[in-house]
Amino acid sequence: MENKEVIIEVKDLVKSFDDRKVLDGVNLKVHKGETLVIMGGSGCGKSTLLRHMTGAYKPDSGSTFIKGKDITKMKESEFDNIRKIFGMVFQYSALYDSMDVEENISLVLKEHTKLAKDIISIMVKMKLELVGLRGFEKFLPSQISGGMRRRVGLARAIAMDPEIVFYDEPTAGLDPIVAGVIDRLILDLSKKLHITSIVVTHDMRSAFTIADRIIMLYEGKIIAEGTPDEIKSGKDPRLVQFVEGNPDGPIQFFQNSGEYLEELTK
Amino acid sequence: MLGMISGIGSIVLSTLSQVGGIFILFGQTLYWMFIGPFIGKAASRKNIFAQMVFTGANSLLIVFFVSFFTGIVLAMQSAYQLAQLGAEMYVASLVAVSMARELGPVLTALVVAGRVGAAITAELGSMKVTEQIEALQTQALNPVRYLVVPRFLALLVMLPCLTIFSDLMGMLGGYVMGVFNIGINSGMYIDITIDFLTLKDIYTGLIKSVFFGMIIALIGCYMGLNTSGGAEGVGRATTVSVVTSFIMVILADCILTGIFFFSQM
Ligand SMILES: Nc1ncnc2c1ncn2[C@@H]1O[C@H](COP(=O)(O)OP(=O)(O)OP(=O)(O)O)[C@@H](O)[C@H]1O
Ligand SMILES: [Mg+2]
Repeated sequence: MENKEVIIEVKDLVKSFDDRKVLDGVNLKVHKGETLVIMGGSGCGKSTLLRHMTGAYKPDSGSTFIKGKDITKMKESEFDNIRKIFGMVFQYSALYDSMDVEENISLVLKEHTKLAKDIISIMVKMKLELVGLRGFEKFLPSQISGGMRRRVGLARAIAMDPEIVFYDEPTAGLDPIVAGVIDRLILDLSKKLHITSIVVTHDMRSAFTIADRIIMLYEGKIIAEGTPDEIKSGKDPRLVQFVEGNPDGPIQFFQNSGEYLEELTK
Repeated sequence: MLGMISGIGSIVLSTLSQVGGIFILFGQTLYWMFIGPFIGKAASRKNIFAQMVFTGANSLLIVFFVSFFTGIVLAMQSAYQLAQLGAEMYVASLVAVSMARELGPVLTALVVAGRVGAAITAELGSMKVTEQIEALQTQALNPVRYLVVPRFLALLVMLPCLTIFSDLMGMLGGYVMGVFNIGINSGMYIDITIDFLTLKDIYTGLIKSVFFGMIIALIGCYMGLNTSGGAEGVGRATTVSVVTSFIMVILADCILTGIFFFSQM
């Protein structure tokens, strides 16, 4: 891994929302062509970390480098050129709901390329075929199911044949078969097209299937990092608890502080 | 006491930052309108057209109703006063001048703020809370260029058009009332209207409506793009947007009327 080209680097990232520290000094490197899985409990800041890599959030301190360039200090117009090499699959799809499926996917192609209309429509069909939704071109996002929306979101993310794809929980809420299809798709994209993938997921089965490397985020810090095998045999009790899905352990489900009894009788 | 002062302070600060935000949005809109086309990034013509239809054509009916009946009311109201001077036929000029200078532009702006401004905030607001705005940005599609410019242009062009329509419908209402009810001779009503109505009356009204259009578009888009807090947030943003637009339209009307009045336009 070490000799591989670093495509994304996150350095000392700190981010708070109203005095609540969500990311507390995150450092990580993503290598070209690898699939990195970010896991961690709900609300631990996985989506927030992803958003710092896509430039949607600005950090309080620290920086994100994409292909060696600091995107936190970049002009918008310059950053737009970098955005064209990546795609993002959103946790709640975020499809454009005034447009049908075909327009959702073709919008970037129309805006950023000079391809002819019929070529674009062929490309849209190919992307839809990849996610198993050919024939749904004319449906509006409100007319298809949540799982289908997620898949259209995936097709949209890869419309421009990006070098990097960010996935925010791509398989959450999908039936196991479709989740398996998405996993295979992510694998195919990275193995055949050498796309770099950064995947946020809680789904252990999926994480161990697709990951080249896994990191675990807890309380704004990375507490474990390694290949799927290293993670499976990891000794950190927090990691073990998470992987096994054990309700009891060092990670407390209850995120509030203070005495329960005190608060009840106050 | 200290709490009150800091409360007022934070309201002032947030208002100032909103005003600043609206001006920044205005600057960005102008940038994408005038510089965008030269760097090959014009707003899409299809979007502009769709917005124009929504803003203009679909507002015709409600503008017609509001203006026509306002014309009727205006005619009755002024006939009542002018009758005491025995000068009922001047109902015609009064209706025409008030519609063109004041009521046409203001009523149209208020109707459009309620209809189009609210729709803009609701639409952009729900795009914001469902992360569609962020999706546009990650696809290197600037939301100002893609969403704001078409709406801004549509209002800039369609509000003056609707205002002309409103002026005419108001005068028609006055005519119907004046001729069929008050009993002014039809030819005379038209003659007096044309004699008294100057070009200045019409273009000061149109200048106003251009400003109103910009106000409605900018406030509507700004409130939409800065929505937070889910579906409830969208509802709140929409209300705030309409109320703010109303106040700003009236305020701008006051200032513009003052300028036209004191500069003898
Ligand atoms: N825009 C925001 N404003 C305020 N707080 C925010 C914002 N975005 C995220 N947070 C807070 O940051 C924390 C982390 O949120 P984030 O969405 O990154 O969690 P997550 O790890 O993706 O969780 P999940 O697995 O449930 O999606 C949460 O406590 C959330 O309340
Ligand atoms: Mg999340």
